[in-house]
Amino acid sequence: MTQVESQEWDVVVVGAGGAGLRAAIEARERGLRTAVICKSLFGKAHTVMAEGGIAASMGNANAGDNWQVHFRDTLRGGKFLNQWRMAELHAKEAPERVWELETWGALFDRTADGRISQRNFGGHEYPRLAHVGDRTGLELIRTLQQKVVSLQQEDFRETGDYESRIKVFQECTVTQLLKDGAGEDARIAGAFCYERESGRFFVLRAPSVVLATGGIGKSFKVTSNSWEYTGDGHALALLAGASLINMEFVQFHPTGMVWPPSVKGILVTESVRGDGGVLRNSEGRRFMFDYVPAVFKEQYAETEAEADGWYDDPESNRRPPELLPRDEVARAINSEVKAGRGSPHGGVFLDVSTRMPAEVIKRRLPSMHHQFMELADVDITAEPMEVGPTCHYVMGGVDVESDTAAAVGVPGLFAAGEVAGGMHGSNRLGGNSLSDLLVFGRRAGRYAAEHAERLSGAARPEVSEEAVERAAAEALRPFDGGADEGDEQPENPYTLHQELQKSMNDLVGIIRREEEMEQALERLAELRRRSARLGVEGHRQFNPGWHLALDLRNMLLVSECVARAAVNRTESRGGHTRDDHPQMDREWRRANLVCTLGETARQADPAAGRIALRRREMPPIRRDLLELFEKEELAKYLTDEELSG
Amino acid sequence: MTTATESESSTGYDAHFRVWRGDVEGGGLEDFTVRVHEGEVVLDIIHRLQATQAPDLAVRWNCKAGKCGSCSAEVNGRPRLLCMTRMSVFERDETITVTPLRAFPIVRDLVTDVSFNYTKAREVPAFVPPQELAPGEYRMQQEDVSRSQEFRKCIECFLCQDTCHVVRDHEENKGAFAGPRFLMRVAELDMHPLDAAEEEGLDRRTTAQDEHGLGYCNITKCCTEVCPEGIHITDNALIPLKERAADRKYDPVVWLGNKIRRRKG
Amino acid sequence: MATGTEPPPSPGGVRNATRAAIAEPHLRKDRWWLAPGATAFGLLAFVVYSSWRALSGADYYAAPYVSPFYSPCLAESCQTMKTGPNWALFGEWWPFSPAVIILLFPLGFRLTCYYYRKAYYRGFWASPPACAVAEPHRKYTGETRFPLILQNLHRYFFYAALLVAVVLSWDTVLGFRNSAYEWGHMGVGTLVFLVNIALIWAYTLSCHSCRHIVGGRLRHFSQHPVRYRLWGWVGKLNGRHMQLAWASLLSVALADFYVYLLAVGAFTDPQLF
Repeated sequence: MTQVESQEWDVVVVGAGGAGLRAAIEARERGLRTAVICKSLFGKAHTVMAEGGIAASMGNANAGDNWQVHFRDTLRGGKFLNQWRMAELHAKEAPERVWELETWGALFDRTADGRISQRNFGGHEYPRLAHVGDRTGLELIRTLQQKVVSLQQEDFRETGDYESRIKVFQECTVTQLLKDGAGEDARIAGAFCYERESGRFFVLRAPSVVLATGGIGKSFKVTSNSWEYTGDGHALALLAGASLINMEFVQFHPTGMVWPPSVKGILVTESVRGDGGVLRNSEGRRFMFDYVPAVFKEQYAETEAEADGWYDDPESNRRPPELLPRDEVARAINSEVKAGRGSPHGGVFLDVSTRMPAEVIKRRLPSMHHQFMELADVDITAEPMEVGPTCHYVMGGVDVESDTAAAVGVPGLFAAGEVAGGMHGSNRLGGNSLSDLLVFGRRAGRYAAEHAERLSGAARPEVSEEAVERAAAEALRPFDGGADEGDEQPENPYTLHQELQKSMNDLVGIIRREEEMEQALERLAELRRRSARLGVEGHRQFNPGWHLALDLRNMLLVSECVARAAVNRTESRGGHTRDDHPQMDREWRRANLVCTLGETARQADPAAGRIALRRREMPPIRRDLLELFEKEELAKYLTDEELSG
Repeated sequence: MTTATESESSTGYDAHFRVWRGDVEGGGLEDFTVRVHEGEVVLDIIHRLQATQAPDLAVRWNCKAGKCGSCSAEVNGRPRLLCMTRMSVFERDETITVTPLRAFPIVRDLVTDVSFNYTKAREVPAFVPPQELAPGEYRMQQEDVSRSQEFRKCIECFLCQDTCHVVRDHEENKGAFAGPRFLMRVAELDMHPLDAAEEEGLDRRTTAQDEHGLGYCNITKCCTEVCPEGIHITDNALIPLKERAADRKYDPVVWLGNKIRRRKG
Repeated sequence: MATGTEPPPSPGGVRNATRAAIAEPHLRKDRWWLAPGATAFGLLAFVVYSSWRALSGADYYAAPYVSPFYSPCLAESCQTMKTGPNWALFGEWWPFSPAVIILLFPLGFRLTCYYYRKAYYRGFWASPPACAVAEPHRKYTGETRFPLILQNLHRYFFYAALLVAVVLSWDTVLGFRNSAYEWGHMGVGTLVFLVNIALIWAYTLSCHSCRHIVGGRLRHFSQHPVRYRLWGWVGKLNGRHMQLAWASLLSVALADFYVYLLAVGAFTDPQLF
C-alpha cells in the first residue's frame, strides 16, 4: 500500500481557476516544469461563475481613472483593513494583466473607439470593469486555459510531448502538503494527491507549491459557491504550519436566487444593478435609500430622480444606493426581510423589467435572462426577480507576504486568489476578484518559480516516506467507518455536511451574536467528534461519498477559524456584522486575527478545538498612500494616534 | 425509500427513475423511486439518490447553474445538462431514464472519459498575436468581435461532441474529426479580427478541412439542437467555415488570385 | 484522466466496447421519427410531382403564364411564348422535355443547399435519422470524398439560381397581361406568381453561400459598413432558411399546377382587372 507513485516537478499549483492558471503560466514561461492539479475538469473552475467583470483602471470609459482612484475605492470597500501593499500592487498592475489577456486571445466588449469597454460596479468610482456581457469569468478561464494549451503546443513542437513542461492533473485532489521535516524551518517538498476517477494515490514532489484553491462557501447552506469550495487550500496551509488571517470576514453577496429551493443561493450578478436594476420591497419602495451609512452619505443619491440621472450623467448626479458595497446591500436586504417586507419566498425584488426595454436586457444580461428562464421559469424582461443574500466569498485566507504571495512561515508555500488573505480587507468590491486572481496569480507563479530555481539539484527538499504513509492512511480512514471507535454506527458524510452547513448558516451567518457563535463552536466540536467515525460505502473509484468525507476535514477546520475569529472581533466591519457590537471600532482597524493550528497536545482532544487565535497589529499605511484620502475621511477609520503619527 | 425530512415534503411526489450504473466491465439501468419537490432539476434528484440510496453513485457536476458544463448526461435519450433539466418538463408518472454520454468511454455510472475533447483542443493552433501590437494597443470594433464572442460563450459541456453522429456512431472517425466544438474554435480564430495566423503561414481555412475533418460534418444540426448556450454552431460557425474553405479550395477566381499574388509576393 | 492518448481505433458506435453498455440504439421516448418521416414524405411527393410535370413536356404554357419548371425554355421544341423567356439554344436534336435543361440549376441549387442537405441526409439516408439516434451505416465519410465533396460547389448553383430567379421575375412581370398579351391586366395567376417569386427570392437570398458572399467572408465588418448591413439582413432571412425552402418548394409546385390547370382547360384564369 505504501508503494505510491511519485513524480518530480518544479512548481505544483493546486487549483486551476484564474489564479492557479495564471500562476502556472508564469512559472512555465519562466522555464520551470509546472504541474497544475484540480478537482474538476480543466476549464470548469469556479472562476466561470464570475459575471460582472475585471476591475482595472485602464481609463477607457472615464479618462479620470487611474490606479490611485482604484486603490482608494478598494480601501474604502475593505474598510481600511486591507493589506495596503497588496491593494497598491493590485491597483497598479491590474490594467497590464487585462491587456495581456488580449494578446492571448480574449475578446472583451468594446468601446466605440475600439478599446476595452468598462462598466460600472458597486463601490467603484468610475466605470472600471472590463467585461464580456455577463460571462466575464468564463472568458477569463477560457483565455487562460487556451494559453496553457498554446504553451503545451510550443512544448510539443520542441519536445514531442505536450505535457513535458506544463501538465494539468484534472479531477485530482490534494489531501496533504508534504514537507522535508517536522521542525519550524521545514520546507515544502511536495503534495499528496489522489485521482478522483480511480482513487489512486500519487505524490507530486516539488520545492514550490502554489495554493489557488478558492474559497470556503460550501460550509454554508445558502451559497453561490460550487462543491469544490470546501476550503481545501485554507486547511492545507493550516496543516502545513501556515496561518490564516481575517477569517471572520465572509462576504454575503446581496443578490442570490431564493427560489426555487434547489437553486437557492445561485448568483444574480451585480451588473444587474450596475446597468439600472433596482431593489424594491413588498411595498414597492426602493428601500436602499433608507440604508446609506454615514461614511457614504456624500457619494450616494438621496432621491430616485438623482439616482436615475446618474446612469446617463454621472458627472452631475450621485450614484444610486443600490450600488453601495456588497456588505451594505446584503444587510439592508436582510433587515427588510426581517421587518416583514420581503417577497413571497423570503427575499426582495430586483427589477430590470420596468427599467429597460426587453431587447436591451437580453443583450446586456444574456446569461441572467437565460438563468432565470431555465431555472426559475421567470422572464426577467417581464417580471422582477426575487433575490436574497448568499454566501459568496471569503476575504480571509492564507497569511502571505504582499509582494511575493509567499505564505508566512512555510518556505516554498505560496497562495493567490481567494485562498490568500488580506488584499480585500473586510469586504471585497465586485470586480476586484478577477483582477486579484491575475495580479497575484502571476506574482505567486513568479516567486514560486524563483524559489524552485534556488532549490534545484541537490538542494531540493525531500519528501519523507513516513509523511506519505501517514497521508495515505488518513485518506483511507473513511473506508474503515471509524472501526476503532467501538460499536457506534458510522457517520454519513452527507448528513454531517448538511448539519455543518446549517450550523454555519444559522449561527455564523450574515448577522452574528456572541451566544450563537459560542453555540456554533460547540456544534463544531460535536461534528468534529462525529467526523472521526465517518464511514463510506463502495470502493475508491469515483466515489463521491468518500470525496466528501475527505473534504469535511477541511470544512470543519475552516469553519472553526471563521467562528473563532468572529466571536473574537467585537465590532462590525465589512463582511462581519455583530448584532451585539453594531459599531465599527477604529481600534479594531489595525488588528488582524491570525488562526493557526493549535498545540499538538490539544489535537488529541476533539472537544478542545483545533485552532489557536491571536491578535496581530497591521503595519501602518504608507504615508503617500494615506495622502490619497481627505483627512476627514481618514478620521472615520483611523485612530487619532495613527493620524498624527 | 427514505422520505425526505425537508419541510417542503408535502408538496413533493415520488418519481420513478432509471439510472445507468456500471463501468467499462458492464452495467445496466437500475430502478429508483425518489422524492421530488417543486422547482427541482434532474441533478437535484441524482443528488438525493446519492444522499439517501446510492452514496457511491458517480456523477460529475460543479456550478449547478448551467455555466460550467460539467453535468452533461443523457436524459430520456437526449443529451442534456442535468442541472438545466427541470423536473417540471416531465409527467409525474413518467419514468425518467438517465444515462452517461454515449459517445465517450465510460468511467463509472454517469461519468465518462471526455479526454477526446482535450486531445482535440490541443490540435487547434492557438491564437497568434499580431507582432506589431503591444499589450494595450489592441483596437477592435464591437461588430468585428461579436461573431467570435458568440462562440466563446461555449461552456465546453461537450454535448455537441456527444450528439454528433460522426463520432457517436463511428468510433473510427475520432482520429480525423475534431467535432463541432473544435471546428467552432477554428471558426472563432479565423473570424478573430487580429489573429495573425496567416502572417505566420498558417491557413486556418484549409486546415479546417485537411486537419480537423470539416468535410465529415454533414450539417445535420444536432450540435445546434443540443447546445445549452443556444450558440448557432451550424449556421454561424460550421457553414461559414465550409464556405471559407470553399473560398480557398473550390473558387477558381480566388484560387487564381492567390496564385498571382503569391508569385508577386 | 488519460489526456493525450488517441482513442483506440476499434470501430462501432454507441455499442463500442469502451462505452456504457446499453443495448438500445437510442433511448428517446418522444416521436423523433416524425420530423425525418415528414421530411422524406414531403420531398418524395415533390420529386414525384415535379418528375411527372417536368418529363411530360406538355401543358406548361397558358398565356400569359409559363410554368416555373419550364422557364427559361431553351429548346426549339418549346411552345411559343410572346416576349416570354424562350430561346432555342437547343435544336431539334434535344430529345427530352425542355424542362430538363433548365431544371438542372434550381435542382442543383436545392440539392446542395445546406438546409436540404440536412433534410435528406436525415430523411432519406438516416445519417443520422434524428439526434442521438444511432444511424444504421457501418461506415461514414461525410462530405470528404466524391461525390459528396461536390456539395462545396453550392455557391455556383447559387449564382445560377440568381439568374433563374431573374427570369422568373420577368415571367411574373409578363403575368400583368391578359391572355391576348395586352398589358395592364392581372389575374389570380398573377397573384400566384407574385407570391411564388417573392418566396423564390427570399429563399435564394437567404442561402448560406449568399450570406457568406455578401459579407460573411470579411474579417473586419467595421471597414465595410454597407456589406455588414447586407450581411445582417441576409442573416435575418437565413434564420428562416428552412421555412423558406419549404414555402418556396410548395409555391413553385402550386404555380406550376395552376398553369397546368389553365393549360388543360380546367378553368380560365379569373381576371381581377
